[in-house]
Amino acid sequence: MNTLKIIKYQLQDVIRSRWIIFYTLFFWLITDALFRFGGSGEHVILSLMNVVLIVIPLVSIVLGAMYLYNSREYIELLLSQPITRSSLFSGLYAGLTIPLASGFALGILVPFAYHGGLTSEAAAGVLFLVFVGILLTVVFTALAFSIALRFEDKIKGLGLSLVLWLFFAVIYDGLILFIIFLFSYYPLQNPVIALTMLNPVDLARILLMLNFDISALMGFTGAVFQRFFGSGFGMAVSLGVMLLWLAIPLSVAFRVFLRKDF
Amino acid sequence: MKIFNSTRSVPSGRWSPGMLHPLPCSRQRLQHSSAKKRSTVGLAPFFFGLLFMLTAIATEAPAGTGSGELVVRPQGPVASIAEAIELAEPGTTIRIMAGTYNERELVISKKLTLTGEGFPVIDARNEGFILKVLADSVQIRGIEFRNTGVSYTRDHAALLVEDANGVVIDGNRFTDNFFAIYLATVRGSLVANNHITASGTREASSGNGIHLWSTWDIEVTGNTIRGHRDGIYLEFAKGALIYENVSNGNLRYGLHFMFSDDSHYHDNTFSNNGAGVAVMYSKNVKMTGNRFVENWGPAAYGLLLKDISDSQISGNLFRDNTIAIHSEGSNRIAVKNNHIIRNGWGVKVMANSQNNVFSSNNFIENTFDVATNSRRNYNTFEGNYWSRYDGYDLDQTGTGDVPHRPVRLYSLIVEQNPASLILIRSFFIDLLDLAERIMPTLTPETLIDEKPLMKEVNL
Amino acid sequence: MITISNLQKSYGRLNVLKSIELEIGDGAVTAVLGPNGAGKTTLIKAILGLVKPDSGSIHVNGTRLNGNSEYRRDIGYMPQTARYPENLTVQEIIDMVKDIRGNGPGTDEELIGSFRLGSELGKKFKTLSGGNRQKVSAVVAFLFNPGIIFLDEPTAGLDPISSSKLKDKIIAEREKGKTVILTSHILSEVQELADRVVYILEGRIAFDKPMQYLLDHTGETTLERAVAQMIQRSESLQADEKESATQVNNEKATHFTNGREAAGVKPATEANA
Repeated sequence: MNTLKIIKYQLQDVIRSRWIIFYTLFFWLITDALFRFGGSGEHVILSLMNVVLIVIPLVSIVLGAMYLYNSREYIELLLSQPITRSSLFSGLYAGLTIPLASGFALGILVPFAYHGGLTSEAAAGVLFLVFVGILLTVVFTALAFSIALRFEDKIKGLGLSLVLWLFFAVIYDGLILFIIFLFSYYPLQNPVIALTMLNPVDLARILLMLNFDISALMGFTGAVFQRFFGSGFGMAVSLGVMLLWLAIPLSVAFRVFLRKDF
Repeated sequence: MKIFNSTRSVPSGRWSPGMLHPLPCSRQRLQHSSAKKRSTVGLAPFFFGLLFMLTAIATEAPAGTGSGELVVRPQGPVASIAEAIELAEPGTTIRIMAGTYNERELVISKKLTLTGEGFPVIDARNEGFILKVLADSVQIRGIEFRNTGVSYTRDHAALLVEDANGVVIDGNRFTDNFFAIYLATVRGSLVANNHITASGTREASSGNGIHLWSTWDIEVTGNTIRGHRDGIYLEFAKGALIYENVSNGNLRYGLHFMFSDDSHYHDNTFSNNGAGVAVMYSKNVKMTGNRFVENWGPAAYGLLLKDISDSQISGNLFRDNTIAIHSEGSNRIAVKNNHIIRNGWGVKVMANSQNNVFSSNNFIENTFDVATNSRRNYNTFEGNYWSRYDGYDLDQTGTGDVPHRPVRLYSLIVEQNPASLILIRSFFIDLLDLAERIMPTLTPETLIDEKPLMKEVNL
Repeated sequence: MITISNLQKSYGRLNVLKSIELEIGDGAVTAVLGPNGAGKTTLIKAILGLVKPDSGSIHVNGTRLNGNSEYRRDIGYMPQTARYPENLTVQEIIDMVKDIRGNGPGTDEELIGSFRLGSELGKKFKTLSGGNRQKVSAVVAFLFNPGIIFLDEPTAGLDPISSSKLKDKIIAEREKGKTVILTSHILSEVQELADRVVYILEGRIAFDKPMQYLLDHTGETTLERAVAQMIQRSESLQADEKESATQVNNEKATHFTNGREAAGVKPATEANA
């Protein structure tokens, strides 16, 4: 019950804040512009895919950390009320992820709707894109929470968040490519799949790929990829591991929050 | 997109009543069914069959010769098709009434017309072939052929036509046969509106749906073929006209031809075939208005061109194929006005393919629009629409002001190291591609579309 | 009624609270004083459940603290600096606390009137001045007529009128038999309000005396001077002990000088039992 009350007031606060409006407008304008310049819903989705994979992790992890650092005194105040730490934690987490996820979803779906993209065959595609975007949001805010609760120093925490984003969003794939070329004489498909599972951005990318690039993936001559991507298996595993990427940082953050001295 | 809904009526074509000896009603039926959508093709013969059956009951006469008509029915007096063929004078129409006839290895060596009423079934019970036609002007209509034998040494066919002229195979059904229709050294014949299905699971134990070997001027139209090794197979089939067929879910190729010059393939649909469509060692081939869709798999091509020259590929749709067009040793092909959308590879041109011209095509959302295995380029790409193009058109000419380089660095990376395919759409890969586009060092320098279109070509 | 026994807390190698034994009864104002970093805030936060002690026990109204939250229903807390969600209005903040507390009977909105906060109710928290933020914080602390009230530097930033209103309120609450725990740097204010002074130095209770005793015992007229004298006495006591002690550590600490804060380096012994 208290969780819901906290969410309610967090939402009231966050919805009026400037950054969530910017965030929503950002997706809105990009989607709108893509429709105006590009055309088909399919095209817009594929262009948005790259934006989603880069921007959502960045905003979620940085804003998530900022949000906790800035709510420090407020958390103390709420903890002096008859309220349990677990309900405060879930209230704070939901109070951030709900506006972030809905800002993103609105920013994409509304322009899609008024450009007529939701009635076309692209509707399923955009809904899946929104779904994956929301997954990234909850995963990266969970990561932000675990960082911000671990590190008292705001600068250190924010710096670490940025580094983590850079690592997952850009550097990691460079490392994979490097490994692929370094060990090009070995059977690499299984290790490479395993490596991508260790990065939530790659996981999200694979989920989207399975939806949009299936042709190219099916063209891959390796039997392992074929089996992994060619069936529901790849989708199921990727989704499962993605949920682990949510559960583990979130439970780490939760444990820290329960024991933390404010 | 309208062009791909092939609801056109039959063009006059090269086939004419003068070449063959059709009954008046067959011509009428052909026109009737072709004018309708394909889904109704199977029904039309059925209704006609029903009509015939009613008239047959009304005007039944004792079976005999000389009347030009012979009736076969399971309860006799003529109870077997073999007997009827034996009895019939040349020119006789044998009407086969509904029922199942467990017969095989029938041979027709005189001019006969076999017409099924209510789809009689000839079931070979998995042994040998069913019917062999060795005479000119034989017509086979409205019959269901079932269960030929499977042999690894002999090409058992449901219906084999050999050394004949002006044969019509129209509106039959072929179910679970090794080969369904097999034409060898045949001229000026028609294979139309047949419904051919098999439930093959292995290529070796599965034959082709429509198999043409050494033929001249054969017309294949309005057939649906599913579950065979190759849907339509042509070898040394000169001047074939293949149109408005649907070949899907076959184990190997939807359409496979070799050494078949001067052929025209239009408005067919090839989908979900194990390896797509393969055309080889032919020249002067026209492929227009076909649909190559959803041919997925490790070795699947929408269209595989091998040693094809002086040909034309236009107005086709290539969607959701692993490789839409793969060109090997093919020269002087005009690839024009095709819609190439959402394939893994749009066009893969090997370096031994030269002087091909790709113009006015739409390349939309393919993972790789163009890939090649060389830094040299001997083909022309001009005036295509590329959904990946991010240039601008300040002078409002309809073509972009900066040229487009359709070959991505990433396609070379994948070519060298297929495991890197897992990095599709990675931001890192985008950065690499961007760097390469700004300063090309590995991709072919001259493979450029100088006049990329700003808008899709309306097809 | 708050009972604390053998309370210990350290942050890493820094021992913030060392075996605190304290009992705070009802119907009195207890001032917890000490230099910055002495452990006042940690002590208060421990009682509020914000800080988890390493060992020892705290009982509030007979309930032993072990991660439960219900006992806080009887506690009001006014922190040194209060920050509520920036985009909520004052009214919404008050509503929120009511909502969380379950809207029980006896909400006390008298302070809104005496602080003249009425005109501020519709304003967003982020637009409020520091003083008004303090007032909101005070209103929230007293809202549910709690039996125990913690006030951390309550008058800092308040204008003289509001400050005296708040003091009146504190005195009135004491008269009602409530437990008030107060920290302040303004010793004249403490002298005015407090019945008892608990002085904390480097994580220990240096002395814990009734106000009247402090003044009488030191013979001073102001609390400021009385406290200074008490500290000097205990320092000389410590200096004596230090000579006999084997263990010396040079911890940095700040302490009162002349009623104002100043930094100074002062040796402290760990070996003090």
